Amino acid sequence: MTADPSTFRFVSTNRRVREDRRFVAGHGHFVADVALEGMLHVAVLPSQHPAARIVSIDASAALAMPGVHYVLTGDELAAATDPLMNGLDTPKVRRHPLAVGQTRYAGEWVVAVVADTRALAEDAAEKVDVSYELLPFVTNAEQALRPDSPPVHPAHGSNVLLDRTFVWGEVEKHFGESPRHLSFRVTWGRSSTVPIETFGVVASWDPWREMLDVWASIQMPKYPDQIARALRIPANGVRVHQDVDVGGSYGVKRGIKQTVLVAHLARRLGRPVRLIEDRLDNMAGGDAHGPDRIFDVEVAFNDDGIVKSMKMKALDNAGAYAGRAPFQLGKPIGAIVGPYRIESVQYRAQSVTTNKAVQEAVRGFGQAPTNYAIETAIDKVAAAVGLPRIEVRRRNFIRKEEFPYLIPSGSTYDSGDYHTVVDKVFAHIDFAAMEKERDRLRACGLLAGIGIAACLEPSGANSAFEPLLNEKNTTTTWMDSCRIVVDGLGFVTVTIHNTSSGQGHETLVSTVIGEVLQIDPDLIRVIRPDSLACLPSNSPVGSRMAIMLGGAAFHAAQKLKSKLIRIGAHQFCLNEDKIVYASGGLSAPNSDKRLGWSELVNIAHRHYHLLPEGMEPGLETTHVMQVPTGGTLPQDGRVQMYPCHSFEFHVVLMAIDPALGKPEIKRYVIGHDCGTVINPHIVRGMTLGGVAHGLGAALLEEFVYNDEGQLITQGFMDYLLPSAHEVPEVEIVHHCTPSPHTVFGQKGSGESGYLGAPAAISAAINDCVAALGISFNKLPIRISAIGDAIADAQQGKPQRQAT
Amino acid sequence: MKVDLRINGQNRSADIEPRKSLLDVLRENFLLNGAHAGCEHGVCGACTVLVDGEPVRSCLMFAVQADGYEITTIEGLAPAPGELSVIQDAFCETHGLQCGYCTPGMILAAHALLQHTVTPSREEIVEAISGNICRCTGYGQIIEAVQFAADRLRIANTPRSVAPADEPVVEAK
Repeated sequence: MTADPSTFRFVSTNRRVREDRRFVAGHGHFVADVALEGMLHVAVLPSQHPAARIVSIDASAALAMPGVHYVLTGDELAAATDPLMNGLDTPKVRRHPLAVGQTRYAGEWVVAVVADTRALAEDAAEKVDVSYELLPFVTNAEQALRPDSPPVHPAHGSNVLLDRTFVWGEVEKHFGESPRHLSFRVTWGRSSTVPIETFGVVASWDPWREMLDVWASIQMPKYPDQIARALRIPANGVRVHQDVDVGGSYGVKRGIKQTVLVAHLARRLGRPVRLIEDRLDNMAGGDAHGPDRIFDVEVAFNDDGIVKSMKMKALDNAGAYAGRAPFQLGKPIGAIVGPYRIESVQYRAQSVTTNKAVQEAVRGFGQAPTNYAIETAIDKVAAAVGLPRIEVRRRNFIRKEEFPYLIPSGSTYDSGDYHTVVDKVFAHIDFAAMEKERDRLRACGLLAGIGIAACLEPSGANSAFEPLLNEKNTTTTWMDSCRIVVDGLGFVTVTIHNTSSGQGHETLVSTVIGEVLQIDPDLIRVIRPDSLACLPSNSPVGSRMAIMLGGAAFHAAQKLKSKLIRIGAHQFCLNEDKIVYASGGLSAPNSDKRLGWSELVNIAHRHYHLLPEGMEPGLETTHVMQVPTGGTLPQDGRVQMYPCHSFEFHVVLMAIDPALGKPEIKRYVIGHDCGTVINPHIVRGMTLGGVAHGLGAALLEEFVYNDEGQLITQGFMDYLLPSAHEVPEVEIVHHCTPSPHTVFGQKGSGESGYLGAPAAISAAINDCVAALGISFNKLPIRISAIGDAIADAQQGKPQRQAT
Repeated sequence: MKVDLRINGQNRSADIEPRKSLLDVLRENFLLNGAHAGCEHGVCGACTVLVDGEPVRSCLMFAVQADGYEITTIEGLAPAPGELSVIQDAFCETHGLQCGYCTPGMILAAHALLQHTVTPSREEIVEAISGNICRCTGYGQIIEAVQFAADRLRIANTPRSVAPADEPVVEAK
């Protein structure tokens, strides 16, 4: 840490979020607001079948309609473009924007129709006649693993994309030594982040400049590179406009297939082309689902509830193509023991293809499901040894003095004080009073319970899971950048090099740079150049921007300050260490020597003769930042995953009316430690929003496929997003354990809330129903499932297991 | 067919297909991009506009049905370019948004509530915004924004300009 928190002027203060003004006025600039002269519109025709050979496509009736310009098939597109990037070494699992030869899930896009309007394109898509020959299909991950199951990609030979077992430490020895073992299964249902804005993209090709311009609702590392590769054009012929506001993403807005499709059409037709997914396109075929995972967990522990070792098998149902699903099994390796001192771990990560839609990155990148499994394990250990759940957590937590703490899988946790966070939360809620309230609710005839969950949020994203799961990938940097330009009149403009989807990056960098330069952040302009004018960025993924963009902005500002000091030292004929910088001006102690901001700017911009020898004129600095602690390749299946580790601790008081089965959250408290907070409004919003998102995953949201392989939750009437009625008031208890790896001690917070809420809510429900001898081991736990299980239990019937 | 609409106090007309939604007409014909398409089946509320002061899903209403009504979009709330209404400013004060996509609909729903209800309870605010899905915030700072706006409007004794004349402004129970 290089800054002293006690001197902060702007960091950690309750400043407004500068982005908000344009949005409250309805003047955001979303992709659907981009309208280009002569722009055409795309509608897609999805497959009705989970697996089918495409026998023929007859588009003649569609093409005969006035206003219809083109019908694109998978064969044409595949001939003109390269397959979409697949991070694994599975060359036979090819993915194209439109199905080629066969369809692999119900909803997969088969044909794209281009017309003067979207409505017309939809009308025409209905006239495209595709004949299919049905093929066998599989949607269940365990069935897909079986050698006799229909292969989703016959050329690949099986449905297994990834099956890797890691052993970190002396697992068998620890299991042998431990007096007690238990095992269980939990299942994380397929849900996602489901932003209110669907994915959209506009592309325009200029054959005279050989330039592809792209506007998209995107949150994607290496997006321009991937477009260029797929389209087989030079990367400097792809210009992504980063000033598009993204209407929510939380990981999933990675529409590379949509972009390649639209870019090809723009080139083919010589007109700007736009595809804005409608909700059905998005849910069924937008390839934006999330983890779909079965955990089989075994833990070895002693009579004191100390967990010595864990074996975890995670089987993930990737869907029809690799997407980002396999890597979402990799990232949790960086916090595979959660906040606990588990000494050894065996982790088997299995990813299989099935005839479901494709997964994308979802908030936490696989960490929320893993936390659900770990926290369930701790609850079960507590039950087995007859100790309070919080006591078992306290006994197993890594202690404050043990940081930096190396976990078995190779990551070193930077800092933390878990016991203190828990103590603060318990003091805030008066836990004994909460238990009394639970008992009072029970006495009223309700099923009442308390859920607790602790979890880690690894932050400052690296891509270390990629080389860990694919040896051919040797990437060891995941940089981000910032540039500061002071113009000839002294005004400050900062460039950032990615799109944002509500994270407040403009506020972040202006706050940080204002802090370092001691100037009003509100006077700093923040812009986003197009990708060809950008410095390297890896986009806001993995709770990284406070650390990486904040860090880059800090260092760029320090460079600028150093340059000003050098200029001043030269004027004053003093050494640089004799110069005092304050609020944009310079002075020398014990003298009347002063130089103000405008004088310094004037020298830098106009008075070359006054500059120190060798100094470049003008005032501009850049910083490209490497991820702290990153930079090494994995060894022996171990790697330092992310640099910083935030901590959160959830407590939920739940009541269920046994006649209704409806879980009602009576109180929700979260303890949260993400180090130094740069903007309290933003961190609070991320945390509250994360809890709401986790509540959805725990209680409501699931992409359900029926026995015919059809997605049956494909609109908001069936795929239920939490409304203001479902989300409780959430109380946040703050704690700050600064990270030693970052400039202000900040850690990430973009995934907070979401990572622990599902575990906590599940635990609360299971505490509610424990007296009936039942429990739930699959998310989401729907009202209907709760009601049925309670009714069965009351009638003495065995509990039906969710599938 | 030709449709005559009154939008944000101005008479606007357009020649449109009868099947076109009010949302599409606002966005495509009048370039009022503040109303957003979210689900286009009447659940998410991102397309909310006010029709005679009441929140309406513009994705579910044909533009031709809006003929003769007073339509207010988010663009009609700011008193002047660069100047925010009390409610818009309150959303900035509490950071009652993140990505901004649901925000126009959310603010219009809040605006309609505060036209009728001077001192809304938390439950009334929750009810008023429960037809607008926000995926970012978890609603906490949105509810605070509406409470904050209500306080400021009450203190300022601001006239509730678009309240229907025949409906008295009532205090919350």
